[in-house]
Amino acid sequence: MSTYQEQEYTQPFNMDLWKKLIRYAWPYRRDLLLLAAVMAASGGIDAVFPLMNRYAVDNFIVPGKLDGLWIFALINVMLISIQAFNVWMLICIAGRIETGLCYDIRKMGFKKLQELSFSYFDKTPVGWIMARMTSDIQRLGETVAWGLVDLMWGSAMMVATTGVMLYLNWRLALITLSVVPILAAVSIYFQRVILMAYRQVRRINSQITGAFNEGIMGAKTTKTLAREEENLREFKELTERMRHSSVRAVVVSSIYMPVVMALGSIGTGLVLWLGGEGVIGKSISYGTLVAFINYTMQFFEPIRELARIFAELQNSQASAERVFSMLETQPDVKDSPEVIEKYGDLFTPKKENWPPIKGDVTFHNVSFSYKEGEEVLKDFNLEVKAGETIALVGETGAGKSTIVNLLCRFYEPTEGEVRIDGVDYRKRSQLWLQSNIGYVLQTPHLFSGTVKENIRYGRLDASDEEVIEAAKLVNAHDFIMRLEKGYDTEVGEGGNRLSTGQKQLISFARAVLANPRIFVLDEATSSVDTETEQIIQNAIQKVLRGRTSFVIAHRLSTIRSADRILVIRNGRVVEQGTHFELLRRRGYYYRLYTNQFMEEKEREIMSQTRG
Amino acid sequence: MFNRWGLLWDLMRGNRMRYAGAVVATAFSALLSLIPTLVIRTTVDSIIGDKPMDVPGWVEDAVLRLGGRDALAHNLWVCGVALLAISLINGAAMYVRGKWTAQASESMARNLRDLLYDHLQNLPYDEHVKAETGDWVQRCTSDVETIRRFLAVQMVEIGRTGFLLVMALTIMFSLNVKMTFISMAVVPVILAFSYVFFSKVKEAFRLADEAEGKLTTVLQENLTGIRVVKAFGRQAYEVEKFDGKNREYRDLSYRLVRLMANYWALSDFLIMVQMVIVMVTGVYWASRGTMTLGTLLTFMSYEGMLLWPVRQMGRILTDMGRAQISLTRIKELLDKPREDMDEDGLTPDLNADIEFKNVYFEYEKGHPVLQDISFKVKKGQTVAILGPTGSGKSSLVHLLLRLYDYQRGSITIGGVELKKINKKWLRQNIGIVLQEPFLFSRTIKENVALGRSDVTEAEILEAMRVAALSDVIQQFEEGYDTLVGERGVTLSGGQKQRVAIARALVRNSSILIFDDSLSAVDTETDAAIRRALKERRKGITTFIISHRITTLAEADLILVLDQGRLIQSGTHEELIRQPGLYQRIWALQSRLEEELADEYKDLEYPAQERGVM
Repeated sequence: MSTYQEQEYTQPFNMDLWKKLIRYAWPYRRDLLLLAAVMAASGGIDAVFPLMNRYAVDNFIVPGKLDGLWIFALINVMLISIQAFNVWMLICIAGRIETGLCYDIRKMGFKKLQELSFSYFDKTPVGWIMARMTSDIQRLGETVAWGLVDLMWGSAMMVATTGVMLYLNWRLALITLSVVPILAAVSIYFQRVILMAYRQVRRINSQITGAFNEGIMGAKTTKTLAREEENLREFKELTERMRHSSVRAVVVSSIYMPVVMALGSIGTGLVLWLGGEGVIGKSISYGTLVAFINYTMQFFEPIRELARIFAELQNSQASAERVFSMLETQPDVKDSPEVIEKYGDLFTPKKENWPPIKGDVTFHNVSFSYKEGEEVLKDFNLEVKAGETIALVGETGAGKSTIVNLLCRFYEPTEGEVRIDGVDYRKRSQLWLQSNIGYVLQTPHLFSGTVKENIRYGRLDASDEEVIEAAKLVNAHDFIMRLEKGYDTEVGEGGNRLSTGQKQLISFARAVLANPRIFVLDEATSSVDTETEQIIQNAIQKVLRGRTSFVIAHRLSTIRSADRILVIRNGRVVEQGTHFELLRRRGYYYRLYTNQFMEEKEREIMSQTRG
Repeated sequence: MFNRWGLLWDLMRGNRMRYAGAVVATAFSALLSLIPTLVIRTTVDSIIGDKPMDVPGWVEDAVLRLGGRDALAHNLWVCGVALLAISLINGAAMYVRGKWTAQASESMARNLRDLLYDHLQNLPYDEHVKAETGDWVQRCTSDVETIRRFLAVQMVEIGRTGFLLVMALTIMFSLNVKMTFISMAVVPVILAFSYVFFSKVKEAFRLADEAEGKLTTVLQENLTGIRVVKAFGRQAYEVEKFDGKNREYRDLSYRLVRLMANYWALSDFLIMVQMVIVMVTGVYWASRGTMTLGTLLTFMSYEGMLLWPVRQMGRILTDMGRAQISLTRIKELLDKPREDMDEDGLTPDLNADIEFKNVYFEYEKGHPVLQDISFKVKKGQTVAILGPTGSGKSSLVHLLLRLYDYQRGSITIGGVELKKINKKWLRQNIGIVLQEPFLFSRTIKENVALGRSDVTEAEILEAMRVAALSDVIQQFEEGYDTLVGERGVTLSGGQKQRVAIARALVRNSSILIFDDSLSAVDTETDAAIRRALKERRKGITTFIISHRITTLAEADLILVLDQGRLIQSGTHEELIRQPGLYQRIWALQSRLEEELADEYKDLEYPAQERGVM
């Protein structure tokens, strides 16, 4: 995961951020109001219970009478029933807000991610996005729902308690409440320190998880380096840091609780002393004394809760910032309003307005750079007639995919135009272009689900027969039928229950089913066994036939059969022409080709020996 | 059963007294937290009021010494100070409890983590080849966490509640037996209710967890396959798919919330009913004069202190089963036997002749990987190994480091039988570059430096030069200090191999092994690296596995393996004259030239440009 994630956010309260959050929470305004009301009621009732005790002491115990005890009991039962109902309501409503809000924001986030351009995914690690979409959104939902619960309950109880105490005996109330400001200050300080301490623990904990991961995955290498002792020593430093900071976090909390209790008992002590004198001097009733004792024993709770929420708000603010920054990212490649007007957007295409596609591709004076100032393509021109096959050749990392990325409009040229059938593709929608381009990657990516579902990804309304036909065309049918459940076999997460060769064939079938006019193939370098290799070669030839194709080629047969070859080196097209022309030129292509020729033949001979 | 907990006991070594101390502090603190209520009771009943003092003798003595009840009534602040004093002592006990429990349980967790890490590192090579990384990491992290929580939180809670319950009950019985029974009436019900509830609700938790897992999978697959999504224009479809899982997760977690709402509301209600019962009965008795006001206050306050933790017990008890499961899972890892390092083994000079004699090796019984392998290597020679996939090339070099041991035959280095040599010594003095090397998430330079602990900056730079790393490094803004691996940039296979080569070079080994470790490097860089290596490795016995003829041709000895047998061996000159794999591959060279003959004529450079020297 990104180091970005570990950044500390300790900015003060950020009003704009909370305004934004309110916008997202707006659909839940009625629930939120109801929740606030329930919590206020609950806090209020909690403050009333000591009053009931006071009544019992002053009206039954002291005078020794029992009149109305049943009514008194009944009122008590009513109050606790209301309180239990409040608890039920509050959990249900807060739960509804929490789960609903998380759902909404996740949905918006996912939709946004589908719109974002490649440049975003190139810069942002998947782990970072995952963390935003899961834990940060979760925390945001929790804060809004449960933060409000604690906030309302704490405030209501504080206000009600203070009010009742002042009403019962304002002098005694003022004296005992004098510890509250100290209590509040101490709580706010400690809750912050405690939160920071636990955050530190979590950070080290994730480092430990990383260290275990690395230790286990790298164990073979460690063994060959005989580095076990050094590794263990480094790991021990980490676990010792973990122990140290965990103990520290607990110790801080262990100081906080006694301090709060001591402050609370100062309050109780004051009541016992001054209130007791009042009882002896008959200025205060026994009941009032009892009520005051109850209040002083419970009033640190709401203060503790409030202090905790304020500390946590800062943490949630960091989550909110990260989530909103993702939601507000603008895609680099965007359809203009006119285009959307005419052809529809990503989610509601107006297919009826889509022009048919022939498959001519033109790069006209195209320049491009990923980073400012580092041009990887300059004034590039290329004219491809519908049905032609273009091979892109060069070493790993030479920049072959740049041309493909531009063609698919994953990126747009910084200067010049890419034209499809003679029209700048920015005048058409992205979805129109991408629906007409088939794309097969060198590392095929499948989704969890069955084989059939994966092939059907190419054309969602294809019938079973069409799916099978596509599989047959690329010679995938035979191996699929040998799978346990044929087309209904689950491929596993990312397709990991299939071999690389099998995944490649399925991804070919998927592309064939889409029946695109333009086809992009990023050929695999990884070696599969010879038999599969033959089948794949065969499939490639079939797929390319009759379509405008761009192939990032590694295999000689694919290269040789291309109509034209672009040789790419250090991000630039250094040579172009047919295989024959390029060989004659005896330049860079000649070297690449002979190397590849040797590699392939060697492999061939090796595998013959094996059989 | 005993074994499992025995492990925990072992891990507590050095902290057992602290943990015991924490238990004592817990008991002490539980007792102290019950006393303020008693002070209030006596103050209200006998000092402010006029009831006879019903307290232990020593308290009465203390009151008398302070001047008797009347004096105290005029100096009520003394009672207040007593409250504060008790709470301060209690605070100290709580602090000690918190600190000692944390120290003991965190030390235990640290010991367990260290033990696991060390143990896993020292498992035999074979275990790591078969390892289920995710599962192991899970056991080392969340299972350890479960046990830590069990010791640090759950045990403490159980202990505290237990002490509190026993002490409070003792006091309550001494005050009023009938009232004690009444105030405990609901306790068994609450306990049973929460235990049953949390056992039942597990299923709902599991469903919600699963739904979350599915949601995460869809998200993850979408992000890693974003190219496919975009290339097929399937954004709308994906949004719908995600929405389905999102909705399912929302609904299941809301269902869980509803269940929890029922639980909290109902158990809250039970607890509050219990409190009302105590209050009403107490009021009845107090107004009749059979119970004092102070005693009633004591009962009501103890109810508040006891009932909420008792409710928590139901949950903790259901959770405790998890600690046992976690302990079992960790034990399973620790029960795997460690690799025997032969620490008493010999430590001979490895810069010596090597001889294989009729070596036989199998991973599984009856499936030989190497059979009847015999050859001799003079010290300082270069040996090239050629053969199809699965012919046993890697196994052969793995034997040299004793990552595996051969079953029959003998391998000697300088005349010493390999099986008698200390494994650590071997691995320290033999450098090997694996085909798919692992880089640690550190900078490129630090990864190279891992090769030897006392390596100098100059040596690192030199090794990087030989491994042709400089042009890899140029691509990155931070150069040598670029972070690689999980938290940094992802290097390509060839780039990783080059870093691993540099890492092996700084080791100054007596024997160097390249296990097809230039396979992902392009031919031109390959040639450059080999040229630089050749100058450097003078006098070092080198094994190279490769399928590139140009690499093989330079070797002093070429071994051709097929299906675990040595089918040919000799020098380049010898082998090109024998019919066989090597000859056929060599013939390609001339065939290439024939095929391209006409273009070739006026060409000056082909051989050296391709790296053929």
